[in-house]
Amino acid sequence: MIDLGFLQYDFMRNALAAGLAASILCGVIGIYVILNKIVFISDGIAHAAFGGIGLGYFLGYDPLAFGIGSAVLTALGIGMVSTRARISEDTAIGVFMATGMALGIMLLTLSQGYARDLYGYLFGNILAVTESDVLLISALTLTILVLVFLLYKEFLLLSFDPIYAEASGLPVQSLRLLLLVMVAFSVVILIKIVGIIMVIALLTIPGAISRRHMMGLPAIMAGSIFLGAIFVTIGLFISYELDVPSGATIILTAAVVFFLSTLLSR
Amino acid sequence: MTEEILSIKGLWVCRAEHAVLEDINIKLYAADFLGLIGPNGGGKSTLLKAMLGLIKPDRGSIVLFGLPPAAARSRVGYVPQKTVFDQSFPVNVLDVVLMGRYSRKGLMHRYGSVDRQAALKALEAVGMQDRAMREIGALSGGEQQRVFVARSLVSDPELLLLDEPTAGVDSAQQTEFYDLLSHLNRDLGIAIVLVSHDVTAISKYVSKIACLNQRLYYHDSKELSNDDIEKAYGCPVEMIAHGTPHRVLRKHD
Repeated sequence: MIDLGFLQYDFMRNALAAGLAASILCGVIGIYVILNKIVFISDGIAHAAFGGIGLGYFLGYDPLAFGIGSAVLTALGIGMVSTRARISEDTAIGVFMATGMALGIMLLTLSQGYARDLYGYLFGNILAVTESDVLLISALTLTILVLVFLLYKEFLLLSFDPIYAEASGLPVQSLRLLLLVMVAFSVVILIKIVGIIMVIALLTIPGAISRRHMMGLPAIMAGSIFLGAIFVTIGLFISYELDVPSGATIILTAAVVFFLSTLLSR
Repeated sequence: MTEEILSIKGLWVCRAEHAVLEDINIKLYAADFLGLIGPNGGGKSTLLKAMLGLIKPDRGSIVLFGLPPAAARSRVGYVPQKTVFDQSFPVNVLDVVLMGRYSRKGLMHRYGSVDRQAALKALEAVGMQDRAMREIGALSGGEQQRVFVARSLVSDPELLLLDEPTAGVDSAQQTEFYDLLSHLNRDLGIAIVLVSHDVTAISKYVSKIACLNQRLYYHDSKELSNDDIEKAYGCPVEMIAHGTPHRVLRKHD
């Protein structure tokens, strides 16, 4: 029998609630990240968000809000650059990514008492999630779910065949930017949970596994949400029992399942 | 006189100071089947994109069904040049065909049973109705191409634009594919513009032919002169029309 005693603590309940909301987010947005092949962009946005987090610290405001702001700006920036086509998208991402990290480290260093928080943002600290964080994460998750529900056929068309989408009058550019903005919001939320370095794993692993076993986009999303929830719950439990970092435990749980599922489906 | 569906007058499209299309003039009528040939980079795809309203002309005008191209989208079906997609993309054939209803539905309106019926009907028209629930990636190249034609048919277009639709399709399936286009043109009365670089293959099927290399060589007929072809391709006709079983080129003295 699994000991659910760890749920008696507020911080554990908050952590689990945030983790489960994040699973829903990953399940839905992660699939679009995979299908639109914007994994590198998403990773770039996560790193660039660090610049905003640093700025928030430096100015003494909410770092997460600033993180979201800089992530959205980066998403829009990359989205615009790729249409102007003077700089290749890859290059733009590389520049944004490194600049964001450098700014973040610089600003955090100039602020007081940075060291512990720096570690938290790089590697995640789901146990530090507060009740208001949980509310924010839930609200964002709900917003994104509503958007995806309303624009389901549009995102399907965009992901499958952007050339045809444009020819049939779909506002391809706006939708692509919207998708990147949703990725930006998701990524900042995930930073709270698994940290900048490991965001991309939580965003892509559940979808990558689910895609191999499910048919059709809705089923793949559902499977992906389910897997994400399992990874977060098991990861949290193990990290509590063994007293090891939660972010890394969650990602390792996901990675083990990913490799097992890859081996078994051969 | 049959209805005029497309009129292009004095069309110029330039990119980076270079003319890609130069003074294009052409009229198409209901139930025309136009083969558009020409060398690679001659502007064939650009012309199609201009007709879809995706590229703005630098000079001249395009009128489709009496409307500017962007406003006429729901009356035009489009099959892009070899749809490049992830072969494991999780979507079934029916949902791919439904994408063609977007131009009728618009943002945020969900597809209903009328749309699904139309999609099944379009699949029937291309002989793919029994594949409706299959994943698109599980179909052969020729079958996928038929599905993309169904997608372009599902909005009940009066004009179909096809951009080298048979690239990457084996020759047996190509013949079947052209037969399908003939059927759509003759039996359903849909006008077709077929872009291809394969003169010999399409000459058997089209009713009119035009050659494009920056300028358009077109005489509102199925014939082009040696001179036209030589100008467009910049090489002797024999290299292009050699072994043609169905004559495209008028005999020259």
